[in-house]
Amino acid sequence: MSVDQATVRRIARLARIRISDNEVPKLEGELNRILDWIELLGEVDTENVEPMTSVVSMQMRKREDAVTDGGYPERVTANAPQSDDNFFMVPKVVE
Amino acid sequence: MSDLTRLTIAEARAALDAKQFTSLELTDAYLAAMEAHRDLNAYILETPEKAREMAKASDQRIAAGKAGPLEGIPLGIKDLFATEGIHTQACSHILNGFQPTYESTITGNLWRDGAVMLGKLNMDEFAMGSSNETSYYGPVKNPWKAKGDNKELVPGGSSGGSAAAVAAHLCAGATATDTGGSIRQPAAFTGTVGIKPTYGRCSRWGIVAFASSLDQAGPISRDVRDCAIMLKSMASVDPKDTTSVDIEVPDYEASIGKSVKGMKVGVPAEYRVDGMPEEIEALWQKGIAWLKDAGAEVVDISLPHTKYALPAYYIVAPAEASSNLARYDGVRYGLRVPGEDVVSMYENTRAEGFGPEVRRRIMIGTYVLSAGYYDAYYVKAQKVRTLIKRDFETVFADGVDAILTPATPTAAFGLADQDMAADPVKMYLNDIFTVTVNMAGLPGIAVPAGLDGKGLPLGLQLIGKPFDEATLFQLAHVIEQQAGRFSPDV
Repeated sequence: MSVDQATVRRIARLARIRISDNEVPKLEGELNRILDWIELLGEVDTENVEPMTSVVSMQMRKREDAVTDGGYPERVTANAPQSDDNFFMVPKVVE
Repeated sequence: MSDLTRLTIAEARAALDAKQFTSLELTDAYLAAMEAHRDLNAYILETPEKAREMAKASDQRIAAGKAGPLEGIPLGIKDLFATEGIHTQACSHILNGFQPTYESTITGNLWRDGAVMLGKLNMDEFAMGSSNETSYYGPVKNPWKAKGDNKELVPGGSSGGSAAAVAAHLCAGATATDTGGSIRQPAAFTGTVGIKPTYGRCSRWGIVAFASSLDQAGPISRDVRDCAIMLKSMASVDPKDTTSVDIEVPDYEASIGKSVKGMKVGVPAEYRVDGMPEEIEALWQKGIAWLKDAGAEVVDISLPHTKYALPAYYIVAPAEASSNLARYDGVRYGLRVPGEDVVSMYENTRAEGFGPEVRRRIMIGTYVLSAGYYDAYYVKAQKVRTLIKRDFETVFADGVDAILTPATPTAAFGLADQDMAADPVKMYLNDIFTVTVNMAGLPGIAVPAGLDGKGLPLGLQLIGKPFDEATLFQLAHVIEQQAGRFSPDV
């Protein structure tokens, strides 16, 4: 499988990364180089093979569903580029 | 280098216990070395005040007879680890100004045991790279140079700052992380020892996430014993990371020096790759001979799916990265680049904040997870991963205790290598021997085993059974005893 320029633009849009028109051909080449190489996996017979879900066989530990942390909004918002009264600030979303 | 910075962790610890010098004196010696070698760009932030404060506290605990296992030992910390109130950016611009309000579990464990923080170490951006050239803070120089050649070499990556700092004696040991080879490849390129423990051995909490099913932290140090000492402190079960495993952390140091007589070491045919320099093959044979001399039985084994590990990795790792890195949106932390609406703010922020390699991997990950392609790429890669793990399980079930391979296909290469810049896959091939270990969640150690014809260090890798790091230290120590230790001229 390979990507064309329209697909490159669509992926960038999905990934929320702005790309300029002159970056598109270069990205198209690089992504196709990587995708071509990945095609090697087509050789492997994976009929009746389960996809891996956990690399170490273990039971996931569970804990009681209770609040164990929190109550400090000023620390949560301390690194925000823009915050007000312990709220994150974003550009206006609803008119 | 000063007499104090020459010491290993084990030697410094004994001397501190014997009151031959103080942690403050040791710390000051390292701070002076760091300042003298800023040209290497190994540290992106030095924290001298914090270091001296921690060293003084260590000296008090030593005087009071309350020394921890790493009391007063100065360490460098990879920029991927959250350190409270201190620069933590994964060497990315997108985390501009980020100072966590919490401490990673691993660094917390190290401070609990008395270690002293010297500063934050350079790395490839978000741990994506094999040369430390994708860092927002510029490349790290390898303290090693080829004989009679002044060309600057890379230290490997992504833990290039960690490996360079340890090799150049700018810290007694360093934390590092390994998603596809990021501890073992730089260790091999700098003549240092690095272990990637079994997935789940160390807590990932407070480590900036790259690919969560592959990421694992470990130490880089100047010898095998120091590596064992550091891992003992770093490893723990952690309620904040449900993938951390509740198995007692053994005293790894106790396994060093134990006989390897009767151990079965496998040598996989598939690691003999086309175009591998003869020197690597010769090094491998030397390693086999050393282990045989020590009484181990060396057997030929087959890991048939080896060549599919790297392409499968370049589906799984970018897929997980595209998901993990979705959090960098300019809202909660780091860089924000304004736009006319919220979506254009996201797009502008992420375009400016991420470097080219990170952008490329996010885009690959986004593509392989997008509607219609998920089964063909991601599910296929996870199936291949099952087969890779099965290869190892079969070999271990046949009685093999550990596997010996080269650590890297070459010695350290030059900074700004044109071939690798032109073809991303060339750079990825650096991890050909290390990536299988991450895909199978196994422990792997890189240990220096010799110098090539140009005088550059080369490493061997030992791969172990899950949670059997102790055997790796035991075998690596045999190689170290035979090969000797290697230090650059700094």
